[in-house]
Amino acid sequence: MRLRHQFIAAIHALRANTVRSLLTILGIVIGITAIMLVMAVGRGAQDLILDQVRGFGAETIIIEPGREPKGPSDFVEVFTDSLKERDLAALADAARVPGVTDVVPLVAQVTTAAFGNETYRVQLRGAGPAILEVLRLTLASGVPLTEDDVRRRAAVAIIGDDVREQLFGQQDPIGQRIRMKNVSFRVVGVLERKGESGIVPVDHMVLVPYSTAQEYLLGITHVHAILVRAVSEQVVPRVKRDVEITLRELHRISDPEKDDFHVMTQVDIVQRIGIISTILTVLLTSIAAISLVVGGIGIMNIMLVAVAERTREIGLRKALGARRRDILGQFLFESVTLTAVGGIMGVAIGASLAFLAAVIFRATVSPNWAFTFPISAVVLGVGVSGVLGVVFGLAPARKAAAMSPMEALRNE
Amino acid sequence: MALIEVDHLQKTYGTDDAQTPALRGVSFQIAAGEFVAIMGPSGSGKSTLLHILGFLDRPTGGSYRFDGRHADSFSDDELAQLRNQTMGFVFQAFNLLPRTTVLENVCLPLRYSQLPEREWRSRAERALTRVGLGHRLHHTPAQLSGGEQQRAAIARALVLDPKVLFADEPTGNLDSVSGRAVMLLLRELHAEQGHTIILITHETATAEHAERVLAFRDGRLERDERLAQSRRADQFTK
Repeated sequence: MRLRHQFIAAIHALRANTVRSLLTILGIVIGITAIMLVMAVGRGAQDLILDQVRGFGAETIIIEPGREPKGPSDFVEVFTDSLKERDLAALADAARVPGVTDVVPLVAQVTTAAFGNETYRVQLRGAGPAILEVLRLTLASGVPLTEDDVRRRAAVAIIGDDVREQLFGQQDPIGQRIRMKNVSFRVVGVLERKGESGIVPVDHMVLVPYSTAQEYLLGITHVHAILVRAVSEQVVPRVKRDVEITLRELHRISDPEKDDFHVMTQVDIVQRIGIISTILTVLLTSIAAISLVVGGIGIMNIMLVAVAERTREIGLRKALGARRRDILGQFLFESVTLTAVGGIMGVAIGASLAFLAAVIFRATVSPNWAFTFPISAVVLGVGVSGVLGVVFGLAPARKAAAMSPMEALRNE
Repeated sequence: MALIEVDHLQKTYGTDDAQTPALRGVSFQIAAGEFVAIMGPSGSGKSTLLHILGFLDRPTGGSYRFDGRHADSFSDDELAQLRNQTMGFVFQAFNLLPRTTVLENVCLPLRYSQLPEREWRSRAERALTRVGLGHRLHHTPAQLSGGEQQRAAIARALVLDPKVLFADEPTGNLDSVSGRAVMLLLRELHAEQGHTIILITHETATAEHAERVLAFRDGRLERDERLAQSRRADQFTK
């Protein structure tokens, strides 16, 4: 029987039981929808994060306290105090770590800044003067922090554009005093507006000398991270190795397995994000796969029912000249049509949900969130559902094809 | 040469332990152009015989030659092709596909044939016109009377110009008036176009539309009789 007629016959048979057909493909629809969402949203998240990391500069490496996180329990160790003042001096020593242009310590906290009656939640960052170059920030007005500010623990601050707008409105903030935790800071500079991009929340930031933040705001003597900028991207691997050797020597660590710090390059971060998103993708895809298998078994079940119900029809067709392969093809075509319709619905629903998610994420997470729906996802979704139709439709179709015309016709 | 040659045909159902013989060795011949009624009470083996003659089932003993060819020598798929090309079937329960127009129902055998698609519609329309349903092409079976449904089924059986038409209790589900109309249609097809017709029935009145009656009882051919024109039901005149 010709393909076009197979298709028309399949649609005809499925429409005879529209509600049953729709209920049957629900599992397939949900499974394919899940895969579409994983592919579209996962890809969007990865693109965004990678974009932000790239903004950081490939020549910068980050040193954080604690062992390199290898599993969920390792993330707890981030809150250790192993990085101290003397590490900074050692890393800045060209004899120990050559090819370094800047060593910038970093402490961070979310706190409230106040000016007059206005208050605003800000991202407080205590850092060294070179932070502007390392993060590639420019000042809209005012002057940068200086080494002298760090030494004197000066109460001076550079503020992000959102902070300026919320606290000062139309006023010029330079020379004004803002208060954080009852400490009064003189505003010396305003950062150029960056918009919501990058892992650094530039516009919500208040930058102060790290020594000031340690002593007056946090009451700590360690730092939360150290940024080291190398002269070029090419020397980054060597700088990373020198940093590790230096810190192990200072911390008296002989076994790298017992490191109380870890060094990340941009390549490492990209890899780590890649691993996390891969784990998420694999997890969600497994759930989708389970849903597809369950859906497939549903298809097989309903096709077996259909074959039993239509015993007479099968007998008639055979009596009128249908061969085994005609009947096999007819029922296979029916199950594939069923699952393919489910797949197309899944792709459409998945695409709509991914678009909706993109709109929501754009409003809540980042305006740079891009709606991506790879064509490979469409091909995969429809392809997978088609294959499911063949796999789970084969047994019922073979059963139908094997029926004897006489037995089938005798069935009342 | 006879169209159908049956020699010591046997059919036994069941396993080795519990065997139920349905045909206990029957022999007869039917020539092309004959109108034969196979008659007998239920359990006489007439349905089993029809299944074997129609290539729907295989015998367990004896031989069956159709148009000079041994049924044994064909695979299931080859038998399906032979059914499609040389045989037409009319069933007691009509067996039309529901929710499908009369025209499409008549096209069904064509779908399994080698005929090019452009000829399907004209052939199906011709067959339906022949049985007097030329005005009902796009009705579904549910919109037709029982007699009309059986005429549609006859059109389906004729659409590929078969060598033989098997009719299994064609009047069994019909009232006497439409039953008689269906029998007259079969006689007309036989008389005017020389179709070979093999009719299965348990009613003497229906069997008497045929020219020849093969009466079966307990799996054996009991009587093979040619009906004189005078004894045939409803003197057929046109």
